[in-house]
Amino acid sequence: MNAKCKETPDRDPQPGRRAALRSVGSVLATALVPQVVWAQTDPTGGDPLGSMQWPSLRQHYLGTAPLQFSTQVVLKGPAFAEDAMNVPLLLDARALGQTGGGIERILVLVDRNPVREVLNFEPLLALPVLAFRVRMEQASPVRALVKTRDGQWHAGGTWVQAAGGGCTVAGATRTDGSWSRTLNQVQARFFTNVMDNSQRLRVRIMHPMDTGLVAGIPAFYIETLQLVDHAERVWWRLALHEPVSENPMLTFELPVRPEGVLRLVGRDNNGNRINIEVMS
Amino acid sequence: MKRGLAAPLSALLMACRVVLAGPALDISRLDYALQARQIAPRTWVLEGAVEDFSRANGCNIINTGFIATGAGVVVINTGPSRLYGEQQRREIARVTREPVVRVLNLNLHPDYFFGNQAWADRPVEALSGSLAGMQAEGANYATNLYRLCGDWMKGSESTPARQAIAPQSVSVGTHRLEILRLAGHTGDDMVLVDHSTGVVFAGGLVFAERVPTTPHADVARWLQSLDQLDQLLERLPGYVVVPSHGPVHSDRRGIVQTRDWLQWVTGLMADSARQGRDLSEVLQTSLPERFKSWAAQPAEFHRTLTQWYPRFEAQSLSEQSLVK
Repeated sequence: MNAKCKETPDRDPQPGRRAALRSVGSVLATALVPQVVWAQTDPTGGDPLGSMQWPSLRQHYLGTAPLQFSTQVVLKGPAFAEDAMNVPLLLDARALGQTGGGIERILVLVDRNPVREVLNFEPLLALPVLAFRVRMEQASPVRALVKTRDGQWHAGGTWVQAAGGGCTVAGATRTDGSWSRTLNQVQARFFTNVMDNSQRLRVRIMHPMDTGLVAGIPAFYIETLQLVDHAERVWWRLALHEPVSENPMLTFELPVRPEGVLRLVGRDNNGNRINIEVMS
Repeated sequence: MKRGLAAPLSALLMACRVVLAGPALDISRLDYALQARQIAPRTWVLEGAVEDFSRANGCNIINTGFIATGAGVVVINTGPSRLYGEQQRREIARVTREPVVRVLNLNLHPDYFFGNQAWADRPVEALSGSLAGMQAEGANYATNLYRLCGDWMKGSESTPARQAIAPQSVSVGTHRLEILRLAGHTGDDMVLVDHSTGVVFAGGLVFAERVPTTPHADVARWLQSLDQLDQLLERLPGYVVVPSHGPVHSDRRGIVQTRDWLQWVTGLMADSARQGRDLSEVLQTSLPERFKSWAAQPAEFHRTLTQWYPRFEAQSLSEQSLVK
């Protein structure tokens, strides 16, 4: 069964009724101009999550590239963000693995955050699975946009309710000042078979990940991170942005456990380098 | 999605309460419809909804109580708002002519003390740790409660207890009261034992048919306190347990349930962290059958996981990190 739903300009399940409304609308055009405009254009651009921000978000990040909404892109979040500074998200695009020549990259966006771009993930040799945490300033759709190698984008997402404020308060280590003693310290560990037949790598990096939206604290966050093996092969590559939570806890799935010594390599926006050996 | 389902469910529960408990609260008049129910000689409770905070229940989810000792009334907990405290005071005056001589807040959580505003002319007491906590966290509580409860909070300001009370045995009128200092649900959990009637106001240490709240919890300490309460009931014939959340009962049910839950949820977190599961995955855990009928699901369960599981995850990585 094809689980995709093609984006169409008119998603009204009752087109006949809508046409009838239009004709009535044209008769009453002068009296009902705002309502008629509303009925004829979908201000969400066909977004299944019903977000008014979607059309401009799509325009900004994807331009005119082709996109379809797809249930094969799964992004799981809590129905309600109990901690708006640490909203756990789980991305799983394995169902798209054989589509369009494979996955090139995955972009995660939060429509209603002051900084909307969360991260860009290139799975490369890893599975297209990623667990991470984000800050949310208010209730919002959260999206994973997956680009396959044929240039097609596949969009999935979910709504997360939140009391909010997660982007505009300082994190715990910034508040107590301990961040400078632990900056860029890394912990990592492999786990077996959490998902079927894969090796899970969990990584935690100590970093305040300041959003720049707290008075007097400029943006300070890890920008890049990748996993490199002894043969200089890159297993996955990640670009992070301000909304990723303090002390990022990242979970990757690898089809096999790489041999030899691995390195986590990256840097933050102040030029501090991360170059850590992980024993496999 | 889940919240969408929660609203009709809570409406249904409210409807049940109407049948069981007489007049329902009235949102338009901000009337909690508090009704004192006698549970022992000279002892009454005002029972809150066994639910999570919501506008529909006026955020009245706590059991408060009072004892007319013959030498004045002792009030236990003052509810979530100024309005609650005022209506509680009127209801007590309707039941007994004795003056209120003492007001106790059993711990630092807002629904235990936000009604203190209505008792400004009476001694309001709490354990010293609770008192300090109320002072430190009161403003945050107010923000949260206004967001959750809306108009029910009109005119409410955090009003911490004014006097620190030490654990003690004291005779008030015809009642021999014992104030115990336990801990684990919060840093300082008061339990009031009335040895004259066998009524135990167990505060936040005992939950019945409702998922325990854990924002200030120390589980190991909490389990110890439950053991102490168990021993106490052993020596207290004809006891009646008044939990702050959940129905009043006269068996071990609340202690057993609370212990069961704490052990289950910490076991779940420890096992999950060992297996390498992420918080987002653990949040999808479906509850064992025995917990499914409990109130405040899944919000309270998810709150607990969101607050505590990251510490288990961090520990699982630091214990066996592969970083040199």
